[in-house]
Amino acid sequence: MAKSIEEINEKIKKGKAVVLTAEEIIDFAAERGVKKASQEVDVVTTGTFGPMCSSGAYFNVGHSKPRIKLGGGKTYLNDVPVYTGLAAVDFFLGATAMPEDDPRNKIYPGKFSYGGAHVIEELIAGKDVRLTATAYGTDCYPRKTLETFISLKDMNEAILFNMRNAYQNYNVAVNLSDRVIYTYMGVLQPKMGNANYCSAGQLSPLLNDPYYKTIGIGTRIFLGGGIGYVVGNGTQHNPNVARTEKGVPKMPAGTLAVKGDLKLMTPKWLRGTSFTGYGVTLTVGIGIPIPILDEEILRYTLVKDEEIWAQVVDYSESYPQCVPGSLGEVNYKQLKSGKITVQGKEIPTSGLSSYLKAREIATILKEWIEAGKFFLTQPVELLPSVDSGIVFKPLKERPIKKR
Amino acid sequence: MQKKRVVFNYPPHVVEQPVISKLVKEFDLTVNILRARISPKEEGRLVLEITGKRQALEAGIHYIRELGVEIQSLAQDVKWHEDRCTHCTACISACPPRALDVNRQTMEVSFNRDKCIACEACIPVCPYQAMEILF
Ligand code: SF4
Ligand code: SF4
Repeated sequence: MAKSIEEINEKIKKGKAVVLTAEEIIDFAAERGVKKASQEVDVVTTGTFGPMCSSGAYFNVGHSKPRIKLGGGKTYLNDVPVYTGLAAVDFFLGATAMPEDDPRNKIYPGKFSYGGAHVIEELIAGKDVRLTATAYGTDCYPRKTLETFISLKDMNEAILFNMRNAYQNYNVAVNLSDRVIYTYMGVLQPKMGNANYCSAGQLSPLLNDPYYKTIGIGTRIFLGGGIGYVVGNGTQHNPNVARTEKGVPKMPAGTLAVKGDLKLMTPKWLRGTSFTGYGVTLTVGIGIPIPILDEEILRYTLVKDEEIWAQVVDYSESYPQCVPGSLGEVNYKQLKSGKITVQGKEIPTSGLSSYLKAREIATILKEWIEAGKFFLTQPVELLPSVDSGIVFKPLKERPIKKR
Repeated sequence: MQKKRVVFNYPPHVVEQPVISKLVKEFDLTVNILRARISPKEEGRLVLEITGKRQALEAGIHYIRELGVEIQSLAQDVKWHEDRCTHCTACISACPPRALDVNRQTMEVSFNRDKCIACEACIPVCPYQAMEILF
């Protein structure tokens, strides 16, 4: 018998909903049987806590007296430039932005110790940051410079808006060259000296709903320790990749765009992150509840680490040069054991996404639902799936002829 | 037999003296140099692993102190900021002596000071600035 979201919410209200994490449901269903489990369980919670570069936040800081039009000039938060091509006092801070005088990779490998993501972490920690701006001045916005401290509580709105998060599966990165390379997948030792992976595997949101049958626009989620919403598919959302028999993508596939009120978030679940030689990024905590509407949906949540396969990709040549090809396939059980074998070579593995924290997020979300503090939403529209005809395109360059 | 991991801070006048060979010859100690750095002002800093009989070890260290060398145990110099650590495990394959290690059941990361050799390999690898070495 199928359940509806309303019925599940009714049970949550009465404190009677049965909620398990994506890890707990595996053993539970093995004991009870899939059919019984699908009737007994109402919600399965997922979680992930990893670096997600396409993140950022927009702010409205209120009008100064006299007024200033930030657009067209330059604005900074703690020396990190923000995007002001909007109305007078709205702006967007990107997670990967960094101060203009950061040496980048001039001293190789660069440290990238402070950037947009760190500003976001400091703001939600309640700290004051420096808002500095220069503007060109107009009749209605005459002011030309601004220098002030500001904190999150002073702002009208502070909204986290991430255009690509929670990748459904990811590559395993290795380095075939004979020098150390510094990548967004971490420091990679020469001649396949190590392998880095980045997914919460069996706890990861989109790996528990591989065809996006429950997650869509308007899905309420755990975001950065507060509450957020899925606002659509993320950029590069690519449902049409090779999948296992059970539908689990074997390479990076679906993605999410999410938003939420920064004022509700905590620095524990949104962390400024520095990849040596690469840059700054934001590590985001996301947890998504999956309503167990029927047996099929429950079955998807039973996915185990050993059933999730990822491609081993060379980041010294293949990735930067866009040469397709995989050095082999490994699963997350192998990756989490600490070593994998690729082309006959045993390689130590390390994660970039924290499984411990992913479990903590799934558990917090479970507790919120059990306590009647978090209700599920019916998505307005589901995410584009394998029948969408989406094709992930590379950039086709068309040279601009000089006149 | 006892083993001790220590950091020696040499003032300039000691840098010239054959301190290590004396430890080996007169105190019958095995000295393994883990790291060495001499600053432009000619101050030296050595990270050593010293092995020997307990009494000899104590006597050797006493002798070095008398020369004006400041001695610290290594652990004080390497800090794992547990509150900053996300347990991502990025450092695990980078740490040669497995001072940073993970419980594969829970995926929880821990730091064992006694195993650390202050090699700094974890510093560029940790994306959360959770490892700090004051050296
Ligand atoms: S300094 Fe070296 S030995 Fe110590 S924790 Fe870091 S990588 Fe491990
Ligand atoms: S790399 Fe840093 S944050 Fe990750 S487990 Fe190691 S010490 Fe903790």
